[in-house]
Amino acid sequence: MRVRGVAVAATFSGLVALVVLYIVFFLTSAPAALSAVVTNGTARLTLQTVASYGHPPFPDWVSYLARDSTGHWRHTTIFKVPAHTLVKVTVYEYDSATGLRNNFLAKVQGTKGGVEFLNGKALSTVNPDSAAHTFTVPDLNLNVPLPGVDANAKNQCSVAPCNVSEAHNTITFSFVSPGPGSYRWQCFVPCALGFLYGNGGPMQTIGYMDGLIEVS
Amino acid sequence: MSESSAAVAPTPAGPRHGLRIVGTWAIATAVVVPVMIWVVGPHIPPGSMSQQARDQHDVNVALAALAMPVLLMIWVYFGYAVRNFRAEGDAIVDGPPITGNARIQATWLIVTSVMVLGLAVFGTIDLLSTGGSGGGEGPAPLAKPADAASALQIQVIGQQWAWTFRYPGYGGVETNELALPVGREVEFHVTSLDVAHSFWAYELAVKADAIPGSDNVAYVKALRTGSFQVRCAELCGLWHGHMNTTGSVLTDAGFSSWIANEQKENAAVTKDLPPYSHVYYPVPLRNA
Repeated sequence: MRVRGVAVAATFSGLVALVVLYIVFFLTSAPAALSAVVTNGTARLTLQTVASYGHPPFPDWVSYLARDSTGHWRHTTIFKVPAHTLVKVTVYEYDSATGLRNNFLAKVQGTKGGVEFLNGKALSTVNPDSAAHTFTVPDLNLNVPLPGVDANAKNQCSVAPCNVSEAHNTITFSFVSPGPGSYRWQCFVPCALGFLYGNGGPMQTIGYMDGLIEVS
Repeated sequence: MSESSAAVAPTPAGPRHGLRIVGTWAIATAVVVPVMIWVVGPHIPPGSMSQQARDQHDVNVALAALAMPVLLMIWVYFGYAVRNFRAEGDAIVDGPPITGNARIQATWLIVTSVMVLGLAVFGTIDLLSTGGSGGGEGPAPLAKPADAASALQIQVIGQQWAWTFRYPGYGGVETNELALPVGREVEFHVTSLDVAHSFWAYELAVKADAIPGSDNVAYVKALRTGSFQVRCAELCGLWHGHMNTTGSVLTDAGFSSWIANEQKENAAVTKDLPPYSHVYYPVPLRNA
């Protein structure tokens, strides 16, 4: 009888430990936040999108990366910016187009002047079929579609971090950060290769095609 | 009456338990039901912003008032039994079995049948007479409001994880804001571009599933201007909890001005939208 009790208690404790470990892992698995570089009252974020991250645990997942103040690329999608500040964003877009599921999101919204700059050219809308990704913050009504590189372009990047010598588009835009808070952002192009509707995997995982803008 | 029932029947010298229970229940009901209707009732959701919200509110109050006597009977009987029928002495033994009381069985069956069937009839009549009471009715609504033919059509499009809205009567313009005019019947056409969502305009009392490849129609008539919450009521992935926005009920003039501005602001992207349709099968709708 006593042996059975000990066995039941040990099994129960083991299961509880597994649940606790899972919760701890879940709560601590988010990538580290990266602070925007602030100079002269302007915050700067430099990002890149890649077709495949190229490293464990999901080397074939599409992903965003961000460059820190030392110039190194970090695999994170959580950004810190100061409140009520002009934020200038540069995105090096290395992926090819998938196309928008909802063409309405081809419109640039919420940026300074209502435009983005694609390789220096101002655009207020893009061809919906040309979008590889979007950088969208729904609560800020901010939406920036990111046109992809030519699928047949030579010298395409295959592993992050990509280099500007490889085929890419440069998209820049700016917006004014809101008051303090945490704002989710996501890509609205169904770009998750191999997942139903293209919306699984990296599209559902912070650190790849979703993230947070922490405003403080 | 069976032998066992006779065993618990009151003796001339004993208390009349049934009378006590019914009397206590009747007093509690007489006190609590008016409180439920006139004190708690005004605070029962979803309020009175639309005809459908007002109707749902009235139904919720009626159901709560009808449920109170049943709840009170259970509580009164339970409390009375705990106080008066508690076993005494060291030995714990079961009470005498009670079987075969035809009067109680018939009363129970008749009362519950009348309540359930009455509520079914009440609910059906209410749904048909209020144009579906704000619920999604599928692509061919059975219950239409009287002025459905002149209703303003608004398409609600769900996708992971945002709502957008199309106005086919205004050039098919699409917006990420929802606005509707006060006092006019609105016909929502709810659909999805990817997985199942559920369009829930809380204060308007509208709730309709957004299913890819399906057109789900719901009617609403707003009774006053103001703002209302829009949420997704179907667990749909990572940002399901963030899939919300705020809608507005505007005056006629305010709505005309707003929609004209939306048409102007979104002219460039409207030309790239697919022709208005009740459902969409956008590319890439596949295993990407």
